[in-house]
Amino acid sequence: MQDLAVLFKGNNFQRLLGGLGVTLKLSLLSVALSIALGLAVGALMTLKNPVVRAFFRLWLETVRIVPQLVLLFLVYFGLAKAFNIQITGETAAVAVFTFWGAGEMGDLVRGAITSIPAHQRESSAALGLTRGQCWRFVLLPQAARRLVPQAINLATRMIKTTSLVMLIGVVEVLKVGSQIIDAARYDAPQGAIWVYAAVFFMYFIACWPISLVAGRLEKRWTA
Amino acid sequence: MDFDFIQRFAPMYVKAAGLTLRIGAIGILLSLAVGALCCLARWFRVPVLRQIAAVYIELARNTPLLVQLFFLYFGLPKVGVKLSAEACAITGLTFLGGAYMAEALRSGLEAVDKAQGEAGMCIGLTTLQNLRFVILPQALATAIPAIGANVIFLIKETSVFSAVALADLMYVAKDLIGMYYKTDEALLMLTVAYLTLLLPISIAFSLLERRLRYAGFGSAVQGQ
Amino acid sequence: MGNAPILEVKNLSKHFDGTGVLKDVSFAMNEGEVIVVVGPSGCGKSTLLRCINGLEHPDGGEILLDGKRIDSGANLVEVRRQIGMVFQSYDLFPHMDVLGNLTLGPVQALKRPRLEVEAEAEKALARVGLADRARALPRQLSGGQKQRVALVRAMLMHPRLLLLDEITAALDPEMVREVLNVVLDLARDGMTMLIVTHEMRFAEAVADRVMFLEGGVVLESAKPSEFFHNPRSERARQFLNTFEFDAVK
Repeated sequence: MQDLAVLFKGNNFQRLLGGLGVTLKLSLLSVALSIALGLAVGALMTLKNPVVRAFFRLWLETVRIVPQLVLLFLVYFGLAKAFNIQITGETAAVAVFTFWGAGEMGDLVRGAITSIPAHQRESSAALGLTRGQCWRFVLLPQAARRLVPQAINLATRMIKTTSLVMLIGVVEVLKVGSQIIDAARYDAPQGAIWVYAAVFFMYFIACWPISLVAGRLEKRWTA
Repeated sequence: MDFDFIQRFAPMYVKAAGLTLRIGAIGILLSLAVGALCCLARWFRVPVLRQIAAVYIELARNTPLLVQLFFLYFGLPKVGVKLSAEACAITGLTFLGGAYMAEALRSGLEAVDKAQGEAGMCIGLTTLQNLRFVILPQALATAIPAIGANVIFLIKETSVFSAVALADLMYVAKDLIGMYYKTDEALLMLTVAYLTLLLPISIAFSLLERRLRYAGFGSAVQGQ
Repeated sequence: MGNAPILEVKNLSKHFDGTGVLKDVSFAMNEGEVIVVVGPSGCGKSTLLRCINGLEHPDGGEILLDGKRIDSGANLVEVRRQIGMVFQSYDLFPHMDVLGNLTLGPVQALKRPRLEVEAEAEKALARVGLADRARALPRQLSGGQKQRVALVRAMLMHPRLLLLDEITAALDPEMVREVLNVVLDLARDGMTMLIVTHEMRFAEAVADRVMFLEGGVVLESAKPSEFFHNPRSERARQFLNTFEFDAVK
């Protein structure tokens, strides 16, 4: 129990928070890029062109089936060797998470748009709305209600997945935790349990409120 | 591309894929069991158990598997609970997966029209008979896509087990990169291995989903 | 049992969110009797039926089936085996074919041999003109066919009492008759039924007694000939007038 103190020894806790900062920075950057790209990708996914559809289908299946850790390795080690470019783990992480997030986000956008029944479009046309007005007042508000909770869920998944970047050498919260445990292995041999518990709850505190909001919105908007 | 190298080390991947698949399968089956228990505790509003299930589900869903795994593998031994890497992996996967399966099953149960349960009661079925013959078959049919997504998600998540020194696919790839610096070959085989594992599962679930949809299972709408 | 009533409802009351849906409703039904409950929407008709087989728990009063009190406890399953109920929305089980729907209750709840029940179900299907639909899935049936199957499903439990809750309200007009004919047949066979409906001419034809329910209160209980041609209360007269388009002119 006394090894709990290792958490607060020196600037250990600040270091953990700093690591959490790296985690959140990477996730938020990836989430922002994914949303921006995903909106465009989603709009393209609704096109009927078979080549476009096949391309996006392949993309989506790839990010769904290949583990994110494998993608990270492919980019971080594979690209570096293939093209002889040295990219940092952080760059690789943002690239991989955006590649994954934009595909998933695109599919959510596509789903939200195509979920709106055709008669909504027809009845707004019957009311004399222009195409633009129809999108702005009828279709987009309905699509958004479906999309927003799912997009928030995707964001929490991305935050959690950033824990993988320690395995390609990025010093984020989990890595900082391991470093603290390593440094204190003689003074606080039981430190690991407390440090990893702390990291566990840091992730939980970062993700849980977001999940709660998503759940609330979903309940309110789909009722 | 060094094909001799690929040929030489392919058997290692096959062996590792076996391990990945075995742990994935055990973890997924246990996840379904844990998920079903949590889901039923909440469905029948069992006091205490239902609150425990709710807290567990939130904890598991809002933390990464890698952190859960580090806690189990590096943390717990410090207080005397020593698990092998494999036991850790299965425990971790079940901890994570149980929560996801519970949510998938719950949304399936909630999608069943309340009138179906009432119709079952009206022909004199007991609560358990009603669950077994009327509600669960429809709930499962609705939950199949979510369960399928979870199965694939969980098998993908097994890739982090390499971090606790379990000789899974990822571990073999890392090893080969480290030892021989054959990055391209190692990564190619890694990707191919995961595709070989997951593509058939993905396709199987989408076929199953289409079949169920075609059969009109689980749709509460009975319009013509 | 003799002349003792099958069903007795005594001072039944039920509230939803503080408003009374049923207020002090009392009546009794004898074996073979058909009572039709009519009244404006929201008058508590459906709630009355749902209380009788325990889908809703009454807030006051009591309900006796064959002299035994229906409560929310363990005997509810037993009671429901003796009371059949058919809903407006059919509520067939979509994952089972017609025969599966029909045999589930008798085989699982009553533990009767499957083959025997299947033979009986086939016979019953033939009687309602659906002999060739035994292996169809509910979604392959028309609304009228579904509702006939739902009626057979309830009848195969051999209930003491059948509750019908607006069973034709969701049907296209041309299908209403095929369903109501089945109900008329049942009445002729002496089935005890409590029926909620908006089909006034059917009500007049099938009922031994009509109960007019408004605001959760039984305002009238009379023979159909009296009720439909000579209602005593002003409210009943107004209600009946809403069905007459001529009256609008």
